[in-house]
Amino acid sequence: MDLFEYQARDLFEKYEIPVLAGIVADTPEEVEAAAAKIGGTVVVKAQVKAGGRGKAGGVKVAHSPAEAREVSEKIFGLDIKGHIVKRVMVAQGASIDKEYYFSVLLDRSNRTFLALCSVEGGMEIEQLAEERPEALAKVPVDAVKGIDLAMATSIAKQGGFDDATAAKVAPVIVKLYEVFVKEDATLVEVNPLVETKDGKILALDGKVTFDDNAEFRHERAEMERDVLDPLEAKAKAWDLNYVKLDGEVGIIGNGAGLVMSTLDVVAYAGERHGGVRPANFLDIGGGASAEVMANGLDVILGDAQVKSVFVNVFGGITACDAVANGIVGALEKLGASASKPLVVRLDGNNVAEGRRILAERNHPLVTVVETMDEAADKAAELANR
Amino acid sequence: MAIFLDENSKIIVQGMTGSEGMKHTARMLKGGSNIVGGVNPRKAGETVEIDGKVLPVFGTVAEAMAATGANVSVIFVPPAFAKAAVVEAIDAEIGLAVVITEGIPVHDSASFWAYSCSKGNKTRIIGPNCPGIISPGKSNAGITPADITGPGPIGLVSKSGTLTYQMMFELRDIGMSTAIGIGGDPIIGTTHIDALAAFQADPETKAIVLIGEIGGDSEEKAAAYIKEHVTKPVVAYVAGFTAPEGKTMGHAGAIVSGSAGTAQAKKEAFEAAGVKVGKTPSETAALMREVYAAL
Repeated sequence: MDLFEYQARDLFEKYEIPVLAGIVADTPEEVEAAAAKIGGTVVVKAQVKAGGRGKAGGVKVAHSPAEAREVSEKIFGLDIKGHIVKRVMVAQGASIDKEYYFSVLLDRSNRTFLALCSVEGGMEIEQLAEERPEALAKVPVDAVKGIDLAMATSIAKQGGFDDATAAKVAPVIVKLYEVFVKEDATLVEVNPLVETKDGKILALDGKVTFDDNAEFRHERAEMERDVLDPLEAKAKAWDLNYVKLDGEVGIIGNGAGLVMSTLDVVAYAGERHGGVRPANFLDIGGGASAEVMANGLDVILGDAQVKSVFVNVFGGITACDAVANGIVGALEKLGASASKPLVVRLDGNNVAEGRRILAERNHPLVTVVETMDEAADKAAELANR
Repeated sequence: MAIFLDENSKIIVQGMTGSEGMKHTARMLKGGSNIVGGVNPRKAGETVEIDGKVLPVFGTVAEAMAATGANVSVIFVPPAFAKAAVVEAIDAEIGLAVVITEGIPVHDSASFWAYSCSKGNKTRIIGPNCPGIISPGKSNAGITPADITGPGPIGLVSKSGTLTYQMMFELRDIGMSTAIGIGGDPIIGTTHIDALAAFQADPETKAIVLIGEIGGDSEEKAAAYIKEHVTKPVVAYVAGFTAPEGKTMGHAGAIVSGSAGTAQAKKEAFEAAGVKVGKTPSETAALMREVYAAL
């Protein structure tokens, strides 16, 4: 889960990382009130998870509450790279002297954590890494030893900070690492980390990503989340692993790898059938029951774009007879609302019984095909009719 | 021969007394694995009977090893306790720890991996979030169905569980020395390269199938390794060509960020290393069959 800027700001504040005052607002009236409360010059910032907010007109300075209200009216409703602005943060203004960069993240390639640090902040980090790689320090962090003050000082110096500034920045780095560990984050980025004209270090904008696997040990039910596609929301309520895509062939399978592979095989088959594409990713997981299959079908058949459905199961732990019963049960439950053809390919655990159940039911919408490639071809053909 | 796991493997199960642990211990026993006991600190000294076999439960991995001579542990401990279980296996210096558990926080995996490195990596870790390892006809440590394929000359290493099964099924007429599912998490113990090196050194393995998926750079590294060090024929498959950027495709590690980790980049890396890449699992199996026929 990626945090909104205001959520990152609030989180940093909780860890005593120096940040500016910031208040979220959902209407121009709230913006005016927030600006009055903060006082002086404020910055109104669109709360969307997209880069380039400033260029898109989503960040504006205002010198009075009335002006803040006025600029916010232009920000609300803006479309920034497909994200419509519904919420802004009114942040205290600051007189910035210098802009720096710091982040700590999961370094998958080296199976450890990595701190990135540079005295040259402000621009997009990808741009800095490309144009001035020598200015960006990349320091591996041992997941057991972590970042103490000495390590933080060393990171800052490697990032090009002079001794005096490194001494000021290092305690902030220690606290940012504390956020990274205690909050189970896979990314904590501050860009820019600024030094004000009166010499204070401030985290001006933050990006934080939480590890979904660690949700069980955090209380985050109340946090604002991305608005899901309605089908994704429905799938989530059933605890289904579903991602909506933009094609015509609905996909259900078991195991993330096999489902990803199924999408690819359908896309290849689609090249022969009018360019139809997979409509979704849906992994019903290991040991899936008839009920899970029924829920999955329900979600997919609710997608108006779907013209055919491909159920692709290799029974490892999952038994093919349970899958077959799930399909039969789902079609009964859905009744007339199930109106799209289903292509089913089953293999593995109890396949003979699974195929027997489907043959016996002989549902007019269901076609059983023996191999994955042939089944994908059939599903693509049906979607193209 | 086979790699990492063979007929001499004596297996203990951490988390054997839980529901998943019980179910899969029974399946492993049925498939012929030599399971010698389980570990659960709260049930130390008790025994568990599974399909007529009485298995002792020990308080720690070290005690289980001392009493039974176990050299492999399969871990089914739930995510919240998995890190402690792996650390315990590392401390006991058991030869192989197979971490089946899905959903372990990545900070925990990073932490046990760093700990393992600091201890000299004496325990080979497979996983987490994987189906485990099977050397057909010899032993099975994990949740892979034992009856998909018999023993044979092909080595298989895969990030995905069901694609492992699918490929074992496709090549069941030839058979496998060992099939390893290394897992789809961002941080894993045994990598594609580790398996390639072991297959290269294993006289029983004549050819290798490698299955990768989007995310990370394990496949690109494997391609470079094959070019330098692997003389046995390798055929590869990569899943996730249609996955959009920024969406996690089921596995915590299966996400494309920016230009990194795409299926296309991985395919190109393999082809540049002279490795044939199949468009579908079946086509990959067909390529392997051709390669094998030419040996």
